[in-house]
This record gives sequence, C-alpha cells and structure tokens, in this order.
Amino acid sequence: MSIPEAPRRSWMQRWHVKGIVVTSLLLVLLVTSSRMTGVDVGMFFSNFGQFLNLLVRMSHPDWQYANVIVRPLLETIQMAILGTTIGAAFAVPFAVLSASNLIHNRFLRGLTRLFLDLVRTLPDLLLAAIFVAVFGIGSTAGVVTLAIFSFGMVSKLFYEVIETIDMGPLEALTSVGASKVTIIWYAVLPQILNQFVSYFLYTLEINVRASTVLGYLGAGGIGVFLQRSLSEFNYSQTAVIILATLAVVLVIDGISNHLRRVLL
Amino acid sequence: MITTLIEKPSRSIWQRWRWLLWVVVIGALYDWTISGLKFTGLQESAGVVSRSIMAGLVHPQWSYVYDGSGEDLVSLILQTLAIAFLGTIVSAVISVPFAFWAARGDHERFFLRSGSGKVVLTLIRTFPEIVLAIMFIKAVGPGSYAGVLAVSIHSIGMLGKLFSEAIENMNRGPEEAIVSAGGRPGQVFGLATLPTILPEFFSYTLYRFEIAVRSASILGMVGAGGIGTPMIFAIQTRNWPKVGIILLGIVIMVLLIDSLSEQLRKRLI
Repeated sequence: MSIPEAPRRSWMQRWHVKGIVVTSLLLVLLVTSSRMTGVDVGMFFSNFGQFLNLLVRMSHPDWQYANVIVRPLLETIQMAILGTTIGAAFAVPFAVLSASNLIHNRFLRGLTRLFLDLVRTLPDLLLAAIFVAVFGIGSTAGVVTLAIFSFGMVSKLFYEVIETIDMGPLEALTSVGASKVTIIWYAVLPQILNQFVSYFLYTLEINVRASTVLGYLGAGGIGVFLQRSLSEFNYSQTAVIILATLAVVLVIDGISNHLRRVLL
Repeated sequence: MITTLIEKPSRSIWQRWRWLLWVVVIGALYDWTISGLKFTGLQESAGVVSRSIMAGLVHPQWSYVYDGSGEDLVSLILQTLAIAFLGTIVSAVISVPFAFWAARGDHERFFLRSGSGKVVLTLIRTFPEIVLAIMFIKAVGPGSYAGVLAVSIHSIGMLGKLFSEAIENMNRGPEEAIVSAGGRPGQVFGLATLPTILPEFFSYTLYRFEIAVRSASILGMVGAGGIGTPMIFAIQTRNWPKVGIILLGIVIMVLLIDSLSEQLRKRLI
C-alpha cells in the first residue's frame, strides 16, 4: 500500500519561520512593556489582602443610599438621550457627505472622513475633562462630551448604512421623472430609516454606560456621586452606585434591544 | 389604454394612526429629558477658555515632546501603549476559558452553563474601568501597574463575549473529521478547534487593543499611569499649550495604532 506523499513545503514553511518570528516579537514586546509598566506579580499577591478588604467592604451595600442616587441616575439617562440626539443630528449631513454612492467628489469625501476619523480618536473622558474646563462643572459639559463622542461614532455607522442601500428604487423613481425630494422621501429614507434608528439606540446604550463615569471628572450625573463615595472611602455607597448603574444599563439595553429587534 | 389604478392596500385605523402614538411617546420622552437637565448656562469664562484652548492647540509646547527625562510625551505615550498591550494580552489569555464557559453548546440543557457564563461576562463588562483602576491603585499603588490590571480585567468582559460568539459560530467540520479518524479529545482540540478559532481570536484581540489604547490614555486621570496623568494636571493648571501637544500626541498615537491594527486584521481573516 502506498502512502500519499505529503505536500511539498518550502524551508520557510518547514521551519515555521513566520510563526517563530511573530512569537519572539510578541515575547520581546511583552518583556519590554512589563519592564516599562513595572509589573510585579509578587506585589499584587502580597497586597491582595488590601484588595480583598476593599471587596469585602463593597459587598455590604448601603441600601439607604439608593434613595439619594435615583435623581442623578435619571439625570445620567437624560444626559445620554440628549447627547446622543444632538450627536446623531449633526452626524446625518456628515454621513451623507462621506457616502461614496452619493458623493462622487473624492476630495470632499476624503476630507470629511479624515475629520470624522480625527473626532473618533478622542476618548470620552478626555473630552469630558476639557469641556468641564470650558463649561464648568455640571451636566452641560457631559451633554457636549456625549454629543461629540456619539457624533464620531454615529456618522461612521450612518455612512456605512447609506453605502449599502439598494440603488434600484432610486433608478426606478428617476426613470419615471421623480424630483430629488420625492426620490429621497420614497427611495432613500425607507431603506435607511430603520437602521438609523437601530444604530441610534445602539449608540444610546454605549452612551448610558459612558455617561455613568463622566461625572467622575465633574460632568454631571451619577459619576459625581461615584467620585464622592470613592474619595470618602465610603465603599458601601460605591457598591450601591455600581449596582444601580448596572441595573439601569441592563434595563436600557433590554429596551433598546427589544426596539431594535422590532425595527429590523 | 388602461386607466384603472391599482388600489392601495387598505389599512386598519391602528395601522394608519400608529405613528401618532410614537410621536406622543417620543415627544414626552424629550420633554422629560430637557426639563430634567439644569443647564447652568455658559460660564462667563467659557469664551475665554475655549479661545485659549484653541490658541494652545495651534501653538503646542513642542519642548515637551522629548527631553530625555522619562516624563516627556514620547516616553509616556510608549508607557500608555505598554499598558494597553500588556493588559490586552493578559486579558486575551484569561478570556479563553471564560469564552468556552459562555459559549452555548449543542447538547446543553436549559443553557445553565453558558447562561451563567454570559451573565458573569456582562457583569465584568458593566463594571466601570475607572473604578477598577482605583481599586487596583489601592492594591498595588498608583502607577501603570494598576492600569495594566484594570485593562486586563475589564477587557475580559468584551473579549470573552466576542470569543464565545466566535466559538458558537465556528465551522465544526475539522473537529468531526478528526473524531471520525479516531482522534482523542486532546487531539481534536489541538488539531481542529484551536487552528480554526485562533485567527478570529487574534483579530478580536487586535480590535480590543485599539480600544485599550484609548482607555489606557485616560486611566492616568485617576492615577493609573500613562499619558492621562500629565493631561489632567495640564488641564487643571490651565496649561493649554501642554494640553495641545498631549492631545496631538494622543490623536497621532490612536490613528497610527488603528491603521496598523486594521492592516494586520485584514491579513488575518
């Protein structure tokens, strides 16, 4: 019985040159970055008692405190709704300008996309720190932060939706001589509206999560109380805040998931 | 010529007026939203501050880029990248068992195992990263080590979820082939499961690294190392030229990492 021959492999494949190079590169990077960050596994375990102590104190939530945080929690949701709405409203024109099937001017499209890429690089808390400096402590800074943060995210999601629309209905309406407004109203909008709303809700979910920590830097909402409880070492209050935030996030996620399933 | 028009489909009253209900609901929601927020009004200094921020962005403090002290922009950006890299790698390793825990099995009853895994991952995902960082600062002191730990633990929530979904959707063909050729469970795992799933795991890890770079750059604001610490000091002392150069550094770093990671991910899948 003859055994089928193994396929021929070059020496690069036979000695796994690529795999070895990539693995050693990763190892070198790992060692360098653990040196740079001063990682010390021993220290973590020797101080584990303190960490455990913290967890134990957090595991006795101060339920009385729940009454205090209802109001800021609602404020957090309001900040998220308003911020997402403003961001999404500004995102629509930019999404249209970046969509390759609507705008054929490559220069204009490239410029808008570059601008959107730049906006997206900025982390939310960094924006919050700057806007607290500009607008002062309070929810205004939070709303502006969330608006800019969601603008960057939503505009990208929106133009990707616009680029995937079916051009058939547009051509059909054009061929019977419909006006531009009619085309947009009857051929473009019905195709994108549901996805727009779905992405809007998705962004809202992310913003509710984000807005719970923005207050840490003074941008309003529940984060202000989070910061207060942590700086007062009042971990039983911290625990209530985290649990309440979790509940709110889960409820908002549930509603938004349900609505999105109905829409799509 | 045919002149009869096709009749419009008849709709019930509910269908015809349903949009009005939505208008009322959404209107009430926004009314509640706007009335609930206190817009303290723009501070008088807002105009001055934003003008000086702009001036700072246009004239960044170039001397901060590199001065060899180890506290300059380049060293701290590298430190930020190190935090993100190490945190992501550690988290990717820890996420693998979590992913197999949370992945829905074919013969599983009531999805007790996978369901509990999914709940745990959601809990980890929702726990704010900043609070984690503060907790780890208590354990190991302020510095980038605390940042690494925070990124490592927080990323498990998302990576575990993405990994488990990859496992649920993977191609079972190679596994069956090894089983039918008489392979042992260990061989099935090493020769079929891992090779099938690894490219996707790597791709998700790279994607998570992009996010970790962003969070590592803000964790410093609470004292967990990286570029965030000088950033928050510069903002608090109103040192806008320094804020300008740090912002520039973060933007360039994130753009570079994003495009690098995108290139790598394209090659993987």
